[in-house]
Amino acid sequence: MSSSGYRRRSREGPVRNRTLWFWVFVGPFAAGLALFTYVPLLWSLYLSFFDAHNTVSPTHFVGLGNYTSMLSDGAFTSSLWTFAVFSLFIVPATYVLSLALALMVNRLRFAQSFFRSVFFLPAACSYVVASMIWKLSVFNGVRFGLANTVLGWFGADQTAWLSTTHPPWYWLVIVTLRLWLQAGFYMVLFLAGLQRIAPQLYEAAAVDGARPGWQVFRHITFPQLRATSVAVVLLLVINAFQAFDEFYNLLSDSRGYPPYARPPLVYLYYTALGQGQNLGLGSAGAVILALIIAVVTIVQARWFGLGRRED
Amino acid sequence: MTISRRRLLATSGSLALTGALAAACGSNTGRGDDTSGGGGPTLQQWYHQYGEAGTEQAVRRYAAAYRKATVKIQWRPGNYDQQTAAALLTSSGPDVFEVNGPTLDQIQGGQVTDLTDLFDGVKDDFNQAVLAPKTYGGKIWGVPQTVDTQLLYYRKSLLKDANVQPPRTLDELVDTAKALTDKKVKGLFLGNDGGAGVLGGTPLYAAGLSLVTEDGKAGFDDPAAARTLAKFHRLYADKSLLLGAPADWSDPSAFVQGLTAMQWCGLWALPAVKKALGDDFGVLPFPEDGAAGKPSVPVGAYSSAVSARSKHRVEAKAFAKWLWIDRTAYQEDFALSYGFHIPARISLAKKAAKLREGAAADAVRYATDSGWAQPLLWTPACQVAYQDALNRIIKDGANPETEVKAVVRKTNGELQRVQKKKS
Repeated sequence: MSSSGYRRRSREGPVRNRTLWFWVFVGPFAAGLALFTYVPLLWSLYLSFFDAHNTVSPTHFVGLGNYTSMLSDGAFTSSLWTFAVFSLFIVPATYVLSLALALMVNRLRFAQSFFRSVFFLPAACSYVVASMIWKLSVFNGVRFGLANTVLGWFGADQTAWLSTTHPPWYWLVIVTLRLWLQAGFYMVLFLAGLQRIAPQLYEAAAVDGARPGWQVFRHITFPQLRATSVAVVLLLVINAFQAFDEFYNLLSDSRGYPPYARPPLVYLYYTALGQGQNLGLGSAGAVILALIIAVVTIVQARWFGLGRRED
Repeated sequence: MTISRRRLLATSGSLALTGALAAACGSNTGRGDDTSGGGGPTLQQWYHQYGEAGTEQAVRRYAAAYRKATVKIQWRPGNYDQQTAAALLTSSGPDVFEVNGPTLDQIQGGQVTDLTDLFDGVKDDFNQAVLAPKTYGGKIWGVPQTVDTQLLYYRKSLLKDANVQPPRTLDELVDTAKALTDKKVKGLFLGNDGGAGVLGGTPLYAAGLSLVTEDGKAGFDDPAAARTLAKFHRLYADKSLLLGAPADWSDPSAFVQGLTAMQWCGLWALPAVKKALGDDFGVLPFPEDGAAGKPSVPVGAYSSAVSARSKHRVEAKAFAKWLWIDRTAYQEDFALSYGFHIPARISLAKKAAKLREGAAADAVRYATDSGWAQPLLWTPACQVAYQDALNRIIKDGANPETEVKAVVRKTNGELQRVQKKKS
């Protein structure tokens, strides 16, 4: 064997092996992703141009008919607006609460792990289970519900939290549930961000006479958390638009879903997978929703400068 | 060939990975393995989860008694209608299944099998009101299992204490509910949504209208519809309605626990109510409204249908016929031994001792005299539009005329769509 031949094999062999092992480990997951994500996505796009009642292999092409129907459907557009408003509220509320929790836990000199776990624990709770606890125990509408019992001590009448639209008490139930479930998770993200900030920055600020507290937070901590903040806000917005579990479990019953607090995904679920099974219309709605989320995400990323090199 | 340690590990790793993938792609469909004692092909039969104790064991017993096929029962909790609708798109769904329908789209979409020939000689013995929505294009697509109806349960002692009579008109119902309401007890429970879901077309039929006319148009394009539906907002505004109860309208808990003096609930709840309250209750149809009005109660039936994608359609049809047409003893047992339903066969309903006296006899009479069944042409899209409108009328005080007009438009559009299609 020539020495050059040996060198060539020794260079190519490992490369070939690396490729082989790359596909051995990545292949099954890539195949799964293609089969269970990309194929259904493309199929859904295909269905959205057909009249597909109770079938996934339709023959009647309707062009953009499903899109125009969906966009002129008051229930769908109202669900989009409702949830735009919901996002405008829940995103900042969760952001502020999780950042506040992270700042508090970060300052602790003892039992930090304990409090981090305590605040994070609800994130491990199932949305369905939490919804049932909120619906059947905390905020049920009869006199022995937890909230009504407490209010009853002060002489208040029983309130039907999930059935009252004026004022819309159902938002209180939904928002408190969502805050309880997700604030801990985002707190952990912020904690990670806080622990990446170099201590020298705080030392320099102290030398320059910066007052601890608000001034240091405003000029050092908050700017240094920009990357984390952008990620958190993006995740929160996408989560808000993808809301399904807690809404469905709090507000649906055997006969359907009320016309208020109906997120787009719940509406599409009933359209495509309810007894009507209008899969074409549902797919068109899903494509519209995906485009809206993509546009909002891109605009937001540009606005916040996602991926921009840190100064 | 020498096998290096590295090659051995790589080979065994690959084999392990292949094995894991093979296991992941195996044939475990999550189906139960409760099997009938029969031979022949294996049939998958689906039921929704009944709340009544003993029903599940009963259907497993029926299946086990069938000898011409092996019948596997799936007792499915959760959102059954959605589950079956999705399963019918695949060939791995049920062979024979109960369905709250079949719906017109399922029939037109070719998802269910024509069962007309199973009814030879017995068609007239089925309750015609519930058979009508199972019939399309002159063919029958499902065998009604039992007839269910809903009624207004009222607590006699509470009405007596408040010095009011059982309501016979919708206006009386509104006034009575208000009179019965105090700090601890609400006057009326129509479900946690205020009635929009469960009542459906019942108030329209009580006003002398219908959901769909004989000639296939919206049957509530009439000022009477708005007038009747507006009265539900009065109930809501008076704070007479129980809302947000832990158990919804289909469960009599709120009524027997004294949270409400009147409740709209199913006939199936009658044994539980009788057990809890003895004779301190009565049942009424939904009260009439207006000059053309008449009392109304909805009647409906889950039916047994056969999937068109079943590989054993002939055997599945034979089993459906055996269970729901030939074996009348099982049908009576299923209807009356666990829950409380009216047998779908008229001859069985007539001879059932449990239906001959008291509130049960009243309920059967209301179902016979005042029953209406949801028309087959009333599609889920119509239902969603109507339910949303009724929700807004009840809770938001939305203008009933405007809301009804919008639903009429939507309904007529849907009716045109489904009547254009050929079965």
